[in-house]
Amino acid sequence: MIQVDIEKKIKAYKGTRNLKVPHFFSSGSVTLITGESGVGKTTFLKILAGFIEPDRGRINVNGVEWVNTQTKKNISPQKRLVGFVFQDYALFPNMTVLQHLQYATKDELWIEKLLTISKLETFINHLPVYLSGGQQQRLAIIRALATKPEILLMDEPFSALDIEIKQHIINELATIFGLLSTTVLIVSHNPYELENIATNRLIIEI
Amino acid sequence: MDLNPIWLTLRLALITTILLFIIGLPLAWWLSKGRAFYKILLEAIITIPLVLPPSVLGFYLLVAFSPRQGLGKWLLEYFNLQFVFSFKGLVLASIIYSIPFMVGPIKSALQQLPSSLSDASFSLGKSKWQTFIHVLLPNIKAPLFTAMVLTFAHTLGEFGVVLMIGGNIPNVTRVASIAIYDSVEQMDYGTANYYSLILFSITFLLVVTVFVYNKYQLKSPIL
Repeated sequence: MIQVDIEKKIKAYKGTRNLKVPHFFSSGSVTLITGESGVGKTTFLKILAGFIEPDRGRINVNGVEWVNTQTKKNISPQKRLVGFVFQDYALFPNMTVLQHLQYATKDELWIEKLLTISKLETFINHLPVYLSGGQQQRLAIIRALATKPEILLMDEPFSALDIEIKQHIINELATIFGLLSTTVLIVSHNPYELENIATNRLIIEI
Repeated sequence: MDLNPIWLTLRLALITTILLFIIGLPLAWWLSKGRAFYKILLEAIITIPLVLPPSVLGFYLLVAFSPRQGLGKWLLEYFNLQFVFSFKGLVLASIIYSIPFMVGPIKSALQQLPSSLSDASFSLGKSKWQTFIHVLLPNIKAPLFTAMVLTFAHTLGEFGVVLMIGGNIPNVTRVASIAIYDSVEQMDYGTANYYSLILFSITFLLVVTVFVYNKYQLKSPIL
């Protein structure tokens, strides 16, 4: 269960705009987050992950206070341990596919399963620079899942995947989310691609 | 032919590069984060040796570390340390003189890495130190190597600053560049040419190595 009530001034084309999100995400839910470009969807995910501090507000997760700007409480991303799929993938250029997963977890069986799901078994020794856009995106997704996070934040996670692999990945993810009881927040500009797995929807408005 | 000035120069360049690597890496990392005014000021101070005449820097170091007054006198009295006209002084001057060559490229390289790389590592539960060692450092290998080679090569070519603080003491402070100047003063062009050719060859090899390394750094599609 995630309780959020935060505010953050974000840069806009002309001046600034105020990102304001009061919302409640129930445990194990999959929420699709939509909104206009530049409205602050990515910023919201980064605030949840602890990469950016909000100007005002609180975040509570399963009864634990993560952020409280009044008491200046802001626990580190390392302690929040949320899975994060970055829009630019943020893959480590020096690590192979396998090394990415080994950096995140020591669980060899889980690594094998993730490689199978993503169909990257034959690319384990490849560096990201030698993977296609779709392969890189799949690696970003399984790396985020490697720590078996309770919360998974995904920023446009399927944009580079072709229809066939996208459907395969979404089906597999739905199973994993159920298995791990993961609370998932997915930012997407395409509200229809996640109809099968999204249980809730949050529209961020100006 | 006396090879001591060459060995002394190589020793000075090696010690300076090692010490500057130890000092410069954390300094560059710290400077690469945020743009606070005091960081900008410190960066400007670090960059000054790039544009300041070496003799000016050497002169101030000579004044600052003179055993007759102030800091130099205090260091001599309490720690028995004398920087003026000693090899230690050459190392100190070289560190100050070459610091922009070590810090500049490393800082720029760290700043060019997307912040999402660190964020991704943090989200996997890794500390700042683990992120620096496993993610940031391996991805700035080429600029790091370039910075080290440039520092080494730049130290080889120092003249004004080492002459001011070290003088021309054989086997102690008489590095190759000073030996060349000395030989020319004595109209001994053969010796000057001998030292010059060695310095030129070493520098040429170093610079070519940097270019070749940077060109072939990412050649294999798999590890």
